Amino acid sequence: MAAHTMRPPLRASSVNVFTRRMKSGIVSGLAVLATIIVVAPLIAILFYLLKQGVTSLNWDFFTKIPVPVGEKGGGMENAIVGSGVILAIASLIGIPLGIGAGIYLAEYAGETRIGNLVRFTADVLNGVPSIVMGIAIYALIVLPQKHFSAFAGGVVLGVMMVPTVTRTTEEMLRMVPHAIREAALGLGVPTWRSVLTITLRTASAGIVTGCMLAFARVAGETAPLLFTAFGNAFRSTSLNEPIAALPLQIFVYAVSPYDEWHRLAWAGALVLIVLIIASVALVRYVVSRGTLKGAS
Amino acid sequence: MTQPAKIHVSSEPVSRLSDVKSSAKPSVVRTFLRGRGSSAIADGTFKVLVFLCALSIFGIVFLIAYELVSRSQLTLSKFGLSFFFRSAWDPVNGDFGALPFIFGTLMSSFLALLISVPFALGVAIFLTEMCPKWLRGPLSFLTELLAAIPSVVYGLWAIFVLIPILRDNVNPKLTFTLGWTGFFGGSNAGYSMLAAGVILAIMILPIISSLTREVMTSVPMVQREGVLALGATRWEMIRIGVLRNARIGIVGAIILGLGRALGETMAVTMVIGNRPEIVKSLLAPGYTMASVLANEFSEATDDLYLSALIEIGLALFLVTIVVNACARVLVWAVTRGAPARVA
Repeated sequence: MAAHTMRPPLRASSVNVFTRRMKSGIVSGLAVLATIIVVAPLIAILFYLLKQGVTSLNWDFFTKIPVPVGEKGGGMENAIVGSGVILAIASLIGIPLGIGAGIYLAEYAGETRIGNLVRFTADVLNGVPSIVMGIAIYALIVLPQKHFSAFAGGVVLGVMMVPTVTRTTEEMLRMVPHAIREAALGLGVPTWRSVLTITLRTASAGIVTGCMLAFARVAGETAPLLFTAFGNAFRSTSLNEPIAALPLQIFVYAVSPYDEWHRLAWAGALVLIVLIIASVALVRYVVSRGTLKGAS
Repeated sequence: MTQPAKIHVSSEPVSRLSDVKSSAKPSVVRTFLRGRGSSAIADGTFKVLVFLCALSIFGIVFLIAYELVSRSQLTLSKFGLSFFFRSAWDPVNGDFGALPFIFGTLMSSFLALLISVPFALGVAIFLTEMCPKWLRGPLSFLTELLAAIPSVVYGLWAIFVLIPILRDNVNPKLTFTLGWTGFFGGSNAGYSMLAAGVILAIMILPIISSLTREVMTSVPMVQREGVLALGATRWEMIRIGVLRNARIGIVGAIILGLGRALGETMAVTMVIGNRPEIVKSLLAPGYTMASVLANEFSEATDDLYLSALIEIGLALFLVTIVVNACARVLVWAVTRGAPARVA
């Protein structure tokens, strides 16, 4: 080997080749082992959740409200409706703000200092624990109003959607080839219309799925709803009253001592997981499809 | 580049598209555009609008901070900094101290890191350096999926699967072999600091490993090729060519995982046992800052109690902001196209 005469600057090369190869083999083996040890239980978790959920799910789950302890049956219709109401409010707040901020980052700010600051703040905001967000909104909305409400729950989740939507929108917009923008501008289209009707539309598939991902993430949030939406044993669609939500109900049922409630908790978990798997898969599909990616 | 004479080009002409359009129907385009009046106002308004959206992110952070600080004035002024070093928690007599919760949060997060970091690094190394291509997609999909599963679902799983396993199989063995250290003694209820650490480890593992993978992928191929060309084995290539260049980013990924573990609420609340005591044994129940908020916030009736809880929230907010900011800076230092350092 030429390496011997050249004396390469690798300290490890002074050790003999056999030990080095062995070390390499052992470490590679450990990496494979770590992957197997990690992946196997993770798949097991996923399948366990799916199995428990499927065996617990039935039509009543979607159409009936909870029954008192001791009675069989009942469902989570109120929680599903409640989650729907809360998430609708959240989307109304989070998606426009997030997309707007994303447009600003991708089309106007670029790599400027303020752009980076916004990006940084969005990332940091993404890491703020959801329960802290819940407390802040509690102090902001619930305390002055003196009652829990669906509206407060929607605001918390909406605020939590903003950073995710912002970052995905920016990423998707950046994938749009520059030639398309230049072509629009070259035709004399004003910037705002080029952004809305050309760039945004080109990236729309990606942005929609990004919004779905943010939606799915907050759909499973429990902690901030504990003291904003609060939960409700009955069906309610009023924005000014406490309202039930799927993750809240799962939590309450999971820590209860009743088997029938455990069953409903599993069914609820399955519904959430399916929503999440669908959105994650969709995002991956859109991003990897290449029409956006390959063009840039 | 030929510029079409008929159309009035405002900036940066790109020939292909405008050529086609102009030669086909120039007049239609122009009348269409002229029909919309002045665009200067619209452009300005649009820019301000999206700028306001971006500013709203600062607004949110500021609003959270303001609300937390202003609502925790009662305990801030009554206990001062000693709030964080007292272990009393007596809502009835209005005596509050956050030490047991801080201890619980730090201990459970530390346990989680201890368990998950070696595995996360192993997985990241496998995925970036060794994994066959057909396996990479499904594995990274799985990690993304697991990072997106809600906390409450992990908690549900932990109550019915993890805790029985720990209680019946793992804990007795730990007590038998390591009981003399004092960390694994005492009662064995299942609901414990250890259970919280394990479920947190499972939850932050996908985050750490996918970020580590991202950082390692951003190390230029030339680094690997250079080291290999000098006759290095695979491990030496990974250690010298990849890990050494990516180490700052990897530390960032771990800190980001820490940030997630510190604020994790539901799963921990469901398994940690919720008892505000500082005990050496990991098999004993504990309490964290996030879970005390989850459990007691909606029950807090008097102002002092509420203020104490909000102050815990404030502490959690500040800690996670600092931790996340550090982590982001470190990860960005590596992935933002900065030339990798050769040490």
